[in-house]
Parts: sequence; structure tokens; C-alpha cells
Amino acid sequence: MGRYVLRRLLQMIPVFLGTTFLIYVLVWAVPGDPFAGKCGERDCPDSYVSAMREEFNLDDPVVVQYGEYLLNLVRGDFGRTSSGVEVSDRIVETFPVTLRLALVALVVEAVIGITAGVVSGLRNRGFLDSLVLVSTLFLISIPVFVTGYVVQLVFGLQLGWISPTVSTPTFGGLIVPGLVLASLSMAYVARLSRASISENRRADYVRTALAKGLPQSRIVGVHVLRNSLIPVITFLGTDLGAFMGGAIVTEGIFNVPGIGGLVFRSVQTKEGAMVTGLVTVLVLVYLVMTLVVDLLCAVLDPRIRYE
Amino acid sequence: MSDPSAAAAGAALGADARVTAAEGGPERQDRPRGLFGDAWRELRARPLFWISVSLISLVLLLAAFPALFTSADPAFGDLGRSREAPSADAWFGYDNQGYDVYARVVHGTRASIVVGVLATLGTVLIGSVLGILAGFHGGWPDAVVSRVADVLVGVPFVLGAIVVLSTLNAAGSASATRIVAQVVLSIALLSWPVAMRIMRSAAVAAKQQDYVKAARALGASPRRVILRHLLPNCLAPVLVYSTIALGAFIGVEATLSYLGIGLRQPVVSWGVMINGAKDYIRVAPHALLFPAGFLTVTVLAFVMLGDAVREALDPKLR
Repeated sequence: MGRYVLRRLLQMIPVFLGTTFLIYVLVWAVPGDPFAGKCGERDCPDSYVSAMREEFNLDDPVVVQYGEYLLNLVRGDFGRTSSGVEVSDRIVETFPVTLRLALVALVVEAVIGITAGVVSGLRNRGFLDSLVLVSTLFLISIPVFVTGYVVQLVFGLQLGWISPTVSTPTFGGLIVPGLVLASLSMAYVARLSRASISENRRADYVRTALAKGLPQSRIVGVHVLRNSLIPVITFLGTDLGAFMGGAIVTEGIFNVPGIGGLVFRSVQTKEGAMVTGLVTVLVLVYLVMTLVVDLLCAVLDPRIRYE
Repeated sequence: MSDPSAAAAGAALGADARVTAAEGGPERQDRPRGLFGDAWRELRARPLFWISVSLISLVLLLAAFPALFTSADPAFGDLGRSREAPSADAWFGYDNQGYDVYARVVHGTRASIVVGVLATLGTVLIGSVLGILAGFHGGWPDAVVSRVADVLVGVPFVLGAIVVLSTLNAAGSASATRIVAQVVLSIALLSWPVAMRIMRSAAVAAKQQDYVKAARALGASPRRVILRHLLPNCLAPVLVYSTIALGAFIGVEATLSYLGIGLRQPVVSWGVMINGAKDYIRVAPHALLFPAGFLTVTVLAFVMLGDAVREALDPKLR
């Protein structure tokens, strides 16, 4: 087990380096002056430009620049933006908000998706099954920003049931944006667990459990569910990272002060240090979650061994 | 988030089930039907398939001949009729700039469809070629392709597209063709690993089959083995993925255009319209809801088609 984790951690390093290098090159290789418009309505003084070029090592070849950036990163220094704001400060401010939003979305997705999947998977070809199939079809087809605007328009502006924008990013305040963010993946989770349940329902161990005289609730709740949830858990785990990266749209609609808005503004204003810093954090979340998921699957299914 | 990689979740079919379609020699009457012949018979009997096909034909007709459906000029804006509600003159009303929403929805179909089709073609072509070569040859080409795919999958999709597109957009004003090409390129660049992984795992599974070993023992060249034996047997999962991805990419295009970095003026697309209408949602919701409705129905049609094709191609689901 320990060896497996160590090997996985080592395997993460090339992926991490590749991803951050890709983003770094793309961000800093943008044609045009990175310091245009950074000093208000006048041109930046030469002293400022040269100091900034020094700060970001812009006169070195891009590989050396990236190396310098990585060295600082390992020391815990995310660098500063061109206006002197510490990138790490901004990340600390916005990261918890987006994490909260992603967690709310994950819980919504898991609860609604798995419930719908189990209910329809246990009853093949019934009314509930068709209902789940049709509603997931619709959820998959509606882009998240359409869902977001329709929810905001109907429930926020016309009916007045919810506040159209998020004023305080607490767990309670993020329920509606979380629901919108999760809407697409919720449908996938429902379909995945439905397929998995209806496959496992006919497995030999289920028949054995039934023959032993176990109550239906125990067969479904313990035997079937535990075995069926493995692909679902895999999907859910990688989705946390996807939620954090994909929250840009939802955050924009509901005015949530999270990573999404920050990264979008930073890309537009060419704040390279901010973009690379944020992407680094998101990639780390993604990599750690894939590892956690793999370990979790071994807990659920003892047949999976890591050697 | 419209994550096309999620659409691939159901695309993996059992490899051995596809062996039936093995040698694709000349058709003979008494020959047992292959996988695709079976799938076609299965599809023909499904109402869902015919609903999605008719919806898609309608959308394609809109894209090919927009002038059949409207005579209004989508680029003619009259501020005097700004934000007017739907009426007999303009079925979908006017947007903030006084553009006819119906005319723009009809003319916007083309850009959305073109981006979706080209992005899917690019993704599937790059992904399949690399996937089948990596799966067949193994060794270091496989390792390189797989690691590059790992890196690209690690970047969150929307975020990666934003960074790629703002790098490409930095050149300033561009022609309509270039704007479309940029969006297609960035979607294909970030999605090909999904198609590659599907194709690669199918190729790795098919490579172990006896008929491939037999073909190699008979002295077939790698080229022949790949084209005649592997490709027909690895096609089904990628086909399913590409149908669903087509719908997903139309949604992705709209999302990127909505963010203001995908398509933009002078190109008209549903995403561009939603982007323009979002700031006036309180006073003119119709300018947002009509393009959004068309978008949803189109994506729905492709997802339904993908569903039907998957069920027809996967014998386990029959």
C-alpha cells in the first residue's frame, strides 16, 4: 500500500510538470506587451518595466523562466502580480469559496444522482426508470449557463424565491449555484449508478444473499450498493477537480467571489503569475483526488489490490 | 460544465462482442449479419432514433439554407425597436441592438453546427490515429502519447480553453474563418486525449484476439492488420463517443462564446447571442431564451442519437 502510494506520487510529478509548463508557456508566450495598460492611462515608466522584467525573469529563455518559477513554487512563493499583490493571498481569499461551492455541488450530485440511479436501476423498465432516463437526457443537453440563467430568471427575478446573486458565500448561500453547477454531472451519476446497479443485481453473490434469507434492504444497501458504487466514486472524485475548474461560468452568473472570476480576469489582463498559480492549485486538486479515489476503491472492494 | 470526457463514460463496449464484425470482406447474401448490420436493424425499430434524426435533419437544413426560413437580415440592427417583445413581425422579438432574434437564431445555426462538426472530426481523427497506433505498437510511442494525454486531461477543460483562446485571440481583429478555426482548434486540442484513450484500450484488447494473431502469422503487414482487422473492431466505441461529443461540443462552443472568448462578431452563433443578451436578462429575457432553447434542442438531439447508437452497438444492453 505504502509503496503504491509512493509510486503514484512519483508518477504525478511528470503530469504536474507538463501541465504547469504548458500553461506557463501559453500565458507568457502571448504576443503583445505584458505591461501594457498596467500603469493607468500613461505608459509604464522604463524603471517599472525593467523591474518587472527582472521580477518575472522575462529576459531569460522560457525554460529557464519556468525553472525559476518552479523553484519559487517549491519554496512556497507563488510570486506577485504586476501591481504587487501576493498571488498566494488572493488564492487564500478565493480558494475556500470555490472549494465550498464544489463541495456543495458534489454532495448534491452524489445524493440526487445516486438516489435516482438506485431507484431506477432496481426497477427495470418501469415508470420511474423512464422518468429518470428522460430527465437525465434533458439535464445532459442543457448547458450549465442556460440552467443558471433560467434558474436565476425564474426563481430569483420572477418568483422571488431565492436571491438572484450570492451575497454571502456560506454553504447555505451556495446551495442554488451548487445545484446548477452539479446539474450536468448529476445526470451522468444517475445513469452510471443505474447501469451499475442493474448489472450487479443479477450477480451470483446477490442470489446467494437472497437464498440465505437476508432482508431486501440489507442485500441492496450492503451487497449491491457497495459493489455498484465503485465506478460512481471514481466519477465523483475526478469531478471535484472538474467542478473547481468549471465553476467559472456558475460563479459569473451568481456573482460568487471565487477562483473562476479571478482566473478569468487574470487571463484577460495578462496577469501571468496569477493564472499559473491558480492553475497549479487546480491541477494539484485534480491529481490528489484521482489518488484518493483509487485508494477509496480498494476500501470498497477488497478484490482490488495495489502492489 | 459541459465536459465531453464525461460523455465517454458509457462508451466502452466489451471488445469480444465486436469480434463478430471481424473480417469485413465482400457482402454475401447468406452471410450472418455483422455488428453494424445488427445495430442498424435495432436502430430502425426505435422511435427515439427517428425523433433525433428528424431533429438533426431540421437543424442541418437550417444551417445549410437559412434563407429558406427567414428573409430578415441578421446583421441589420435598428435601435428604434430595441428589446421589443415577440410579435407577428418578429416571432422571437428584438434584442438590445434591435436585431431580429428569429433571423439571428436561424443564421446562427451554421456557425454552431460547423464548430461542432469540425471539432468532433478533429478530436476523433487525431485521437483515433494516435490511439490505434499507440495501442498496436505499444512501447515508447505508447508511453509518450499516453503521458501527453495525461497532461492535457489534467488541465481543467474550460480553463485550458480560456488560456489557449486568449493566446490565439491576442492577434486582435480577425476574419470570421479564423475565429471559427481558433475555436475548433482549441476544442480539438483539449479533447483528443479522450478519443485516444477509448481507441487505445479497444486496440489493446483487439490486439490479443486470435484473428489478429492469425493475420500476423500469415505475414500481414502492420498496416494491413491495423486497417483491415483492428480498425473495424475498434470503431464502435469511438463512433458512440463522437455522436455524444458532437452535441457536447456545440454546448462547449456556446459556453466559450458566452464567456466572450469563443466566437464573436461578425460571426453569429447561439453562444454569441446569449453573450449579448445576458446583461439585459431582466428586461428582455426572450433574447436569451430563444437561442438557449435552440441550443438545448440541438444538443438533446445529438445526445439522444448517441444514446440510441450506443444501445444498438452494445449487445449487452439488448
